[in-house]
Amino acid sequence: MAIWLTRETRLVVQGITGKEGKFHALGCRDYGTRVVAGVTPGKGGESVEGIPVFDSVEQARREAGANASMVFVPPPFAADAICEAAEAGVELIVAITEGIPVADMLRVRAFLRDSPRVRLIGPNCPGIITPGQAKIGIMPGHIHRPGRVGVVSRSGTLTYEAVWQLTGLGLGQSTCVGIGGDPVNGTNFLDVMQAFATDPDTDAVILIGEIGGDAEETAAAWIAESCDKPVVGFIAGRTAPPGRRMGHAGAIVSGGKGTAAAKMEAMRAAGIHVCDSPAELGATVARALAGR
Amino acid sequence: MKIHEYQAKEILRRYGVATPRGRVTDDAGAARAICEELGGRCVVKAQIHAGGRGKGGGVQLAKSPAEAAEHAGRILGMQLVTHQTGAEGQRVRKILIEEAADIAEELYVAVTLDRAAGKPVVIASAAGGMDIEEVAAEDPQAIHREPFDPLLGLLPFQARRIARRLGLSGDTANRAGKLVTALATAYVETDASLAEINPLMITAGGDVVALDAKMSFDDNALFRHKDIVGMRDLAEENPLEVEASKHSLNYIKLDGEIGCMVNGAGLAMATMDIIQLSGSSPANFLDVGGSATQEAVTNAFKILVSDAAVKAVLINIFGGIARTDRIAGGVVAALRELGGAKVPVVVRLEGTNVEEGRRILRESEFDFLVAETMADAATQVVAAVKRGG
Repeated sequence: MAIWLTRETRLVVQGITGKEGKFHALGCRDYGTRVVAGVTPGKGGESVEGIPVFDSVEQARREAGANASMVFVPPPFAADAICEAAEAGVELIVAITEGIPVADMLRVRAFLRDSPRVRLIGPNCPGIITPGQAKIGIMPGHIHRPGRVGVVSRSGTLTYEAVWQLTGLGLGQSTCVGIGGDPVNGTNFLDVMQAFATDPDTDAVILIGEIGGDAEETAAAWIAESCDKPVVGFIAGRTAPPGRRMGHAGAIVSGGKGTAAAKMEAMRAAGIHVCDSPAELGATVARALAGR
Repeated sequence: MKIHEYQAKEILRRYGVATPRGRVTDDAGAARAICEELGGRCVVKAQIHAGGRGKGGGVQLAKSPAEAAEHAGRILGMQLVTHQTGAEGQRVRKILIEEAADIAEELYVAVTLDRAAGKPVVIASAAGGMDIEEVAAEDPQAIHREPFDPLLGLLPFQARRIARRLGLSGDTANRAGKLVTALATAYVETDASLAEINPLMITAGGDVVALDAKMSFDDNALFRHKDIVGMRDLAEENPLEVEASKHSLNYIKLDGEIGCMVNGAGLAMATMDIIQLSGSSPANFLDVGGSATQEAVTNAFKILVSDAAVKAVLINIFGGIARTDRIAGGVVAALRELGGAKVPVVVRLEGTNVEEGRRILRESEFDFLVAETMADAATQVVAAVKRGG
């Protein structure tokens, strides 16, 4: 049944009346996601292509039965939108918004400690897709195909690249999760790896990291101890200069920490099949699965 | 966003952090008078964004106003080379002239983000005045880390603990605790990503003074800090990066020979990496945005080819929601607008409607090298550079 997202999930889109919010709400619905509501404060009672709009997430949950949210709210207001969804009891919150201040995310993290059942994915991420069932996010659905490889990544288009390689080799995906490129986020590699490790529909996992932080090392340490499934890894940014943010707010080598070399080393030590080239991800999964 | 030392001190003084008396100037002729004002002994400090200024000769002690004028004349206008500037160095346009200090002890304090804990953290060490990264590598025990709750701020007992760990006692410990609390408050209230005092000086009289200061800020939070945005010094940034930022393009100049244009930050880094694996080096990082519009491609191309080091260009676009044929049309239109390219251009398109996209490239009037995979693209662009060279 893949992880966290299925065709039963009932989605509310926060910021549905904005251009991006509307475009991707309809994109999700076209893919098969049950988009049951939208929220824009002050626009309750309107509808977007047949999707009812409410003033609050609380109403969307009560009246439309929403249990997941996709956040398209602009950066200055996005943290508030995430907290509102959590407080309303929405269990899965996917924050697409790019550019949320770090301090706001620290407050969100503190707020979410009171809601242990809530899973936040992102922000600054492409979202989550369970191919053939549903997607919450901005990824192109048609490059995916249902199957048994899990994908988790901090990147957007680099994930599409990996998925495209898999699909080209006839290897479908169970669920693909983009955890986002910000330094402070909701769901990390470790959370996703733990879910994939116990998911009966996932046989192997691609883990795509990048420079900055130590989330890859943390996940690698856990994989070494507790994950029997083959894991294929790649770290983007081995050529990135230290001290510079490479597009993503979290992609920075600072104080000699968070280098691609150190992450690759930790992953190799954990038995992960590390690819030097991003062009080798799909083929490496195929080999890892054949060699089991 | 980074600011200068004198600006960081200006901000920290508002929060009650003591700093040496001093003034900033871009006029060497003013140095003598400022030094006299400060009592005849002073330190002349180059103001550039990079660290390591002292080792590069950008910080000089003057024992007289005449000597201050001499140092100022030499430092202003120099190309200051430090381990953070690269070999070409950074031109010094401003100097900070401060009273010479009577140093008893040099300590280190900073506030930054603990990503794993999701909290700000105070980092403190009695080994001040040195490169803290080296201290961390050689003697991790010499560094105290004190994470604090962003909602509560640094609590008084935490400030006292930090002062203790710095080896301080009595009034000096109280003063240091106040200073660290002020630093933490400044960090939180200004949306800083780093607020660092190195060295933090203890004077012979037991006063606690920020001898140096460095602050940088979360770009995503600048919308609520107009005063800090006003401190941006474009002269400190690479001109091509400044130009790119005007077009909302994410561009970072590197020292290689292959210009890269990619959609998405992760794929852009991966493209740089595969260029290196293929035996060459990237001239830049450039993310044109996930949807890679014609306008973004045109602006990006102008910036790439205005870099004299670029011997070939690699365009790597994964068209997802944005269709590949539209992107190909955008690339062709961009080149028409620019009157063609003077260097070989390898284009790798993948994703939605890719056959149509590649056909548009092949049938255009330009000699694109059309690649099918990322590996193929990297091989082709490296070969093109080798042929040209």
